[in-house]
Amino acid sequence: MITGTTQQTQAFSRPDVASVHAEGVVLRSLTKKYGSFVAVENINLDIPAGSYCCLLGPSGCGKTTTLRMIAGHEEATSGDIVIGDRRVNDLPPAKRNTAMVFQNYALFPHKTVRQNVEFGLKMRGVKVSDRAQRVNEMLEVVGLSQFGDRKPTMLSGGQQQRVALARALVTRPQVLLLDEPLSALDESLRVKTRGELRKLQRQFGMTFIQVTHAQDEAFSLADQIVVMDHGHIDQIGTPAEIFSTPASRFVARFVGDNNIFVGRVTHVTPDTQAALIQLEVDKLGTFLCRGQAADVGMTAACSVRADRMVLKPHTADSHTPNHIAVRIAAVEFTGYVTRVSLVLEATGEEALYKIRTEDWMAQPLQEGQSVVLGWSTEDCIFLSH
Amino acid sequence: MLKSWKSIEPYLLVTPQTLVFLLFLVFPIATIFIVSFWEFNGYSMTPGFTLENYRNIFTSQVSLATYLNTFKFVGLVWFFTLVIGFPVAYFLAFYIDSLRWQIILFLVCTIPFWTSNIIRMISWIPFLGREGLLNKLLIGIGLTEQPIDIFLFSDFAVVLAMVHLYTLFMIVPLFNSLMRIDRNLIAAAEDAGASGFQVFKEVILPLSLPGIAIGSIFVVTLTMGEFVTVRLMSGGQAASVGYLIRNQIGSLQYPLAAANAVILLIVTLAIIFAILRTIDIRKEL
Repeated sequence: MITGTTQQTQAFSRPDVASVHAEGVVLRSLTKKYGSFVAVENINLDIPAGSYCCLLGPSGCGKTTTLRMIAGHEEATSGDIVIGDRRVNDLPPAKRNTAMVFQNYALFPHKTVRQNVEFGLKMRGVKVSDRAQRVNEMLEVVGLSQFGDRKPTMLSGGQQQRVALARALVTRPQVLLLDEPLSALDESLRVKTRGELRKLQRQFGMTFIQVTHAQDEAFSLADQIVVMDHGHIDQIGTPAEIFSTPASRFVARFVGDNNIFVGRVTHVTPDTQAALIQLEVDKLGTFLCRGQAADVGMTAACSVRADRMVLKPHTADSHTPNHIAVRIAAVEFTGYVTRVSLVLEATGEEALYKIRTEDWMAQPLQEGQSVVLGWSTEDCIFLSH
Repeated sequence: MLKSWKSIEPYLLVTPQTLVFLLFLVFPIATIFIVSFWEFNGYSMTPGFTLENYRNIFTSQVSLATYLNTFKFVGLVWFFTLVIGFPVAYFLAFYIDSLRWQIILFLVCTIPFWTSNIIRMISWIPFLGREGLLNKLLIGIGLTEQPIDIFLFSDFAVVLAMVHLYTLFMIVPLFNSLMRIDRNLIAAAEDAGASGFQVFKEVILPLSLPGIAIGSIFVVTLTMGEFVTVRLMSGGQAASVGYLIRNQIGSLQYPLAAANAVILLIVTLAIIFAILRTIDIRKEL
């Protein structure tokens, strides 16, 4: 369809549409209980004004409940929600200067695209003539000008998503809340829309808070990632921090491609930056790692990124301080990177090794071969919980 | 051989149903249609073609008044079943979270159907009569000094009994419509600043229209043909087309009864057609 392509290129390209005054969001001791079930437990979070924040976690971790509490669609059991300098706990959704993009969009099926986008303005009693102008402006921003008179069901998933965005943005909220906005889209559209979301956030300058279960989405979009599990916040950090220094076993496992070894702390040597810690792992030996909050005798873990390891034949002259005997179980070519599945000889557990495909090709190792997996102390991150 | 069996199999499967329809629906209606044009001299009918029966109906003050009275019943019953049924369906759909309780409360709604029609209507008499419970209660609490007569054997009683019986037919399709409304649509409307009333007007009401349409079709068709309730609850004082037809059959005026039946059928179909033209119910089926 020709209109489709022109619309794609026009999308999100109206720099003249004024940006809004953004507000930060602060959560203090926020808790949500359903009967005896605790969905969100005592979370504290500072989201700076104008930033892009992603709440990341598996389903049931409390991220959507948190978002809905900020929006005002769930009542907090206790704690404070502060937007700008106002505590908004007791305000209805429309009085919080937030707007929400719902999962599966929740577009009104009986209204046209134009009526959907216009809805917020109509409810706020904006004059008909002003409404028309702002709706047109918004439809242009999301590149749907020529679809105004269609019903949402006549649009593609990507177009419906844009209508949902336009409907939320038209009232100029200070905080935009997005609940899994990309999960209903197919892979290629997801990557494209990701870029458009980021662009839109820069253009309008408002605070975006997005819920997602996909770490690649969070990594590519967020200024700040909040990793949640079982109603708790496990780690708050920039994408780079979360990726390179996960703070817990859960985060290390969830952000993917980390090898985690659980053991007992046997020795701690304080250091200027991070203590040098000895971790004794059952059947595998003692590993050296760096980190904080370690006490001798405690059960803890260490994590190594799959791309920070080395694989050498048994016959190699030297080995890194941390090394274990493994067997190459499977080699999976994924393009730029080759993923090598390993089985630990001592325990039968699995491990992962990632290497640039051309480097893998340049060496003689093969499937089924027994080799030595090693890693440096600096790449081995201590995880106290 | 096997192949030809395969090709006629679907036809064989629908044959019994087709025969039942032909024998018990198409054939009787065709007969009524034909008989409505037969001649009638007050004692016997003779096959033929005359418009006299229809002319009779359209020129008779009594039959026109009966039609108007029927429309009045239909209008009132439709209005009250909707006004009572909507809140009930809304309550069941939005306030009762567990399926178990929804089923239990639905069973409560079906209580009017637990007894036979005749017994149910006779049971109204000790409740609504001059010496009935309702009058006793009103006198007891001092709202009236004389028993009120219009409770029983009146239009009021007819409408009351029919509303009592048919509200369920409005509740079920309405409940079905309301249950299909994505709860996030309501949250989205609130998010955009809609008040409780605006959520109802802009989201819930438009999305429940198909349920209202289906419920209305049930109630209208059921009420249009009513004669037992009208006969018993009005004490023979009110008339409806169904009751009129029954009386004409009773006095062996078959062609006249047939003509009335044809008109009633056409009017009912016209109302259904009008409802379906106004509201798209396809997504509900």
